[in-house]
Amino acid sequence: MEKEPHIKIHNLTMTYGDFIVQHDINCVINKGDIFVIMGGNGCGKTTLMRALVGLQRPAAGTVFYSGEDFWNGTPEEQARLKRRLGIMFQGGALWSSLTLAENVALPLHEYTGLPPGRIDEIVSFKLALVGLAGFEEFYPVELSGGMKKRAGLARAIALDPEILVIDEPSSGLDPLTARRLDDLILELRDSLGATIVVVTHELASILNIGSSSVYLDSETRTMIATGNPREALKSGEAKVRRFLTRGEA
Amino acid sequence: MKKAHPISGGKKAWNLDMRRQGSGEVQLVFGGRWCIDEDLPCAGELKSELSEDIRRLTYHSADLGAWDSGFPAFLATLQKFCVGRGIEVDQRGLPEGVRHLLTMAFAVPEQKVSGRRGGRQTLFVQVGAATIDFFRGMPAMLHFLGEITLSFGRLFTGRAQFRMGDLWLEMEEVGPRALAIVSVICFLVGLILAYLGADQLRMVGAQRFIADLVAIGMVREMGALMTGIIIAGRTGAAFAAQLGTMQVNEEIDAFKTMGISPIDFLVLPRILALMLMMPLLTLYAGFIGMLAGLLVSITIFDIGVFEYYTETLQALELKHFMVGLSKGSVYGAMVAYSGCLRGIQCGRSAEAVGEAATSAVVTGILLITISASLLTIVYYHLGI
Ligand SMILES: Nc1ncnc2c1ncn2[C@@H]1O[C@H](COP(=O)(O)OP(=O)(O)O)[C@@H](O)[C@H]1O
Ligand SMILES: [Mg+2]
Repeated sequence: MEKEPHIKIHNLTMTYGDFIVQHDINCVINKGDIFVIMGGNGCGKTTLMRALVGLQRPAAGTVFYSGEDFWNGTPEEQARLKRRLGIMFQGGALWSSLTLAENVALPLHEYTGLPPGRIDEIVSFKLALVGLAGFEEFYPVELSGGMKKRAGLARAIALDPEILVIDEPSSGLDPLTARRLDDLILELRDSLGATIVVVTHELASILNIGSSSVYLDSETRTMIATGNPREALKSGEAKVRRFLTRGEA
Repeated sequence: MKKAHPISGGKKAWNLDMRRQGSGEVQLVFGGRWCIDEDLPCAGELKSELSEDIRRLTYHSADLGAWDSGFPAFLATLQKFCVGRGIEVDQRGLPEGVRHLLTMAFAVPEQKVSGRRGGRQTLFVQVGAATIDFFRGMPAMLHFLGEITLSFGRLFTGRAQFRMGDLWLEMEEVGPRALAIVSVICFLVGLILAYLGADQLRMVGAQRFIADLVAIGMVREMGALMTGIIIAGRTGAAFAAQLGTMQVNEEIDAFKTMGISPIDFLVLPRILALMLMMPLLTLYAGFIGMLAGLLVSITIFDIGVFEYYTETLQALELKHFMVGLSKGSVYGAMVAYSGCLRGIQCGRSAEAVGEAATSAVVTGILLITISASLLTIVYYHLGI
């Protein structure tokens, strides 16, 4: 795999009013990486993700996509960069007034000129990939939490994004489905060459799929480690080792 | 050397002694029942007993009887104070269970979070803050108005990301489904107007002018006003709650990240639906009000149906309808605007959705009242 920097997080500081959620985050995410954002509850993982995908302006610092400065770009440049992202939100964030098929189809209608028949095929395929074949006509309220998340993932990959950002994919999923989702993430990386940023607590999946990572600490309110999570488990910072072994080391 | 210093008084179920042990060391001796319902001492009271020179605190609990969480709660407060004063605490003299609970309580350090609203504020500060918030909110309100205007521009040039089906659904929701409540309220308002008029007009023996009063009152002012207020409570709140929930579920974020304008997709159909349906509802409200006037007149005040009908026809002019309908449209736009504004501005919690709905109704009624006064003045000077 070529080591080509794809996303660069530069001196990022995120705040809510006077409350500093995280400060001075610096990371480089290479093309084809599966980058794991780790950390305890409320340490600012979702907030970091929102800065990455252009939803929340950082108090300081910026994010570079393939060398292009996102936060200092014009709205047009930002829109163009955003087009390359696929995002799965923590709760799925499915549009409640649309069926699953319509949810996945909407980005395709917006950004491709494909005929409706082709779109239907792609929609069914994406839903099948996440294990929701046959649920096309369901509305989000008719699904369980885990199913909503998977449908959210199907929508996130509708346009074969270059960068896939996933917030807590496996929380609330049963172990087998969680495992299937890990396999799917690996598969998306290998087949589409996507760079994947994933926020997760699931130790098995961190160690299974993560190729690089950052650990956000909620006491010092900054990152305390980066690198491959398997190496962090062996020889990393004590706090990170404790996190990765559920406090047993 | 030992100096016992009892702190507990009289017939308490618990007792607590403080023993000086050499220089700078103090031992707390616990005895009896330390349960929450036993009127336990406050650790704060003990602070004054610990003189400045104390460097070390130990415990003795051989005589301790039953205890519950009241005991470790007392110790935790004490321990926090000791840490602050640099007093070393030796927990070995405590029962094992208490030590474990204390360890767990201190395992995650207390978050020192700045910028949090804490405690209650005085009325003066609250009023000041509310005033500042209001003026701080103005740019956001204007910004939202601008966004809606741009979105309408895109609609008329056919570039809005807008689904016709959504417009139909919203129109059904805000129009036909509001008929029942509009009927009830406007019927009663018509009835009130009729009684009000009857009482005054009887003095000059001109009771048949009830018809004029009800017709002009309902068509020109009350129909639009009452419908506006009903719609503010019904539809404005619903808009805010719907959009607020979508904000909480990150659905709005999902639109933004995909480059789809939530204004085009969600706000535009709602505003259009209300602007189209409000004049119809206003017309209907006027009709219902006149019907109520008719019923009151023929049953109570002995006015004939035909007489009432011709009197109504004479009173009503096209300009009254135009005034009523234009007011209805404006009120509809105000309600839709405030509902969508508060929904889009909603925070990310369930609580915030409730606040958004309340705030939408308040803003909606405020804007209705302001525009009603302005329009009345303008129409007066235009002579219509
Ligand atoms: N809208 C908000 N306003 C103020 N504080 C917030 C808001 N959202 C989150 N926070 C705070 O920011 C911190 C990080 O939140 P978040 O990024 O959601 O954490 P997590 O790592 O669990 O995803 C938390 O301490 C939370 O209290
Ligand atoms: Mg989160």
